Amino acid sequence: MTSDTDDYLDGNAAAGELGAIFAADITAAQGVCAHCGAMRRFADAHVFVQAPGFVARCAHCEHVLLRFVRSGTRIMIDARGLSCLVFQAG
Amino acid sequence: MTWRVGTVAAVHDETRTARTLALDVPDWPGHLAGQHVDVRLTAPDGYQAARSYSIASAAGDTKRIEITVERLNDGEVSPYLTGDVASGDQLELRGPIGGWFVWRPQQTEPIQLIAGGSGLVPLMAMLRTRAAATDPAPFRLLYSVREPDAILYAGELRALEAANGIAITYAYTRVAPPDWPRQAARVDAALIAQAAWPVDRSPTCYVCGPTPFVESIATLLTAAGHPSDRIRTERFGATGDLR
Repeated sequence: MTSDTDDYLDGNAAAGELGAIFAADITAAQGVCAHCGAMRRFADAHVFVQAPGFVARCAHCEHVLLRFVRSGTRIMIDARGLSCLVFQAG
Repeated sequence: MTWRVGTVAAVHDETRTARTLALDVPDWPGHLAGQHVDVRLTAPDGYQAARSYSIASAAGDTKRIEITVERLNDGEVSPYLTGDVASGDQLELRGPIGGWFVWRPQQTEPIQLIAGGSGLVPLMAMLRTRAAATDPAPFRLLYSVREPDAILYAGELRALEAANGIAITYAYTRVAPPDWPRQAARVDAALIAQAAWPVDRSPTCYVCGPTPFVESIATLLTAAGHPSDRIRTERFGATGDLR
């Protein structure tokens, strides 16, 4: 399954917002898609901007990896689409 | 990651539609080549808009950074940054952002840069960083542009090629110069085979530009045999507000 249109960005575009949550760089992290099991750099995720937040989809199967929404002073993240995120520490 | 204040120190028009802004940021922590900043504008009524822009200037421990902004005619932010903004104006910046789409001088492998239009900006930071490095790895640049007038940093690219042992191939997609050997066309497998580092040199490839361009190039590189973990990508686009 691939996107019918090319109106998406990638994990690099979401990194500024995710930097409010993660101290480590998210773009270099490896994410495992909970739907298809593909392990990809988060930088390669398909990011669809949907103010006031965004949705990140698996580049392989297009299922949602992560949703991010700002509401007032709160940030809500639904990461159930990621079964694992692997960061390089140090 | 906090928002910092940057003051516009200078503006420079690169082409009819692209402008470089030099920003003084007193608390800038330094940056790596390939990283970007988020820029946030606040209108008098409190309305905010934010966009991401790649840092064009070389990596380093500096308090002045440059971004190059392409004007999108129906854009919300770029017409202001490429038109009204002037020295002394202040912008809010967040960054530097990104640790994957980055080149460090310690990398020893050959580097293949592939740019689509204003996708050249983060790759220019890499070229500028390389120019200041001691005994850096060999680079090649494949630069896809609509027409000769759209080339960013044209003089500087010529100088880098003449002085620094990097090879640049220009691919014109709409209008080629009169005596150009290749007719105006998109980058294809033949041009990749001709211009890019061969697979057996094990290059790391950095591809940046609009999403359709990046997808097309990544597919061509993969088809040519480059492993997917040696292809790093950054997609630009005319998008909505991220913050």
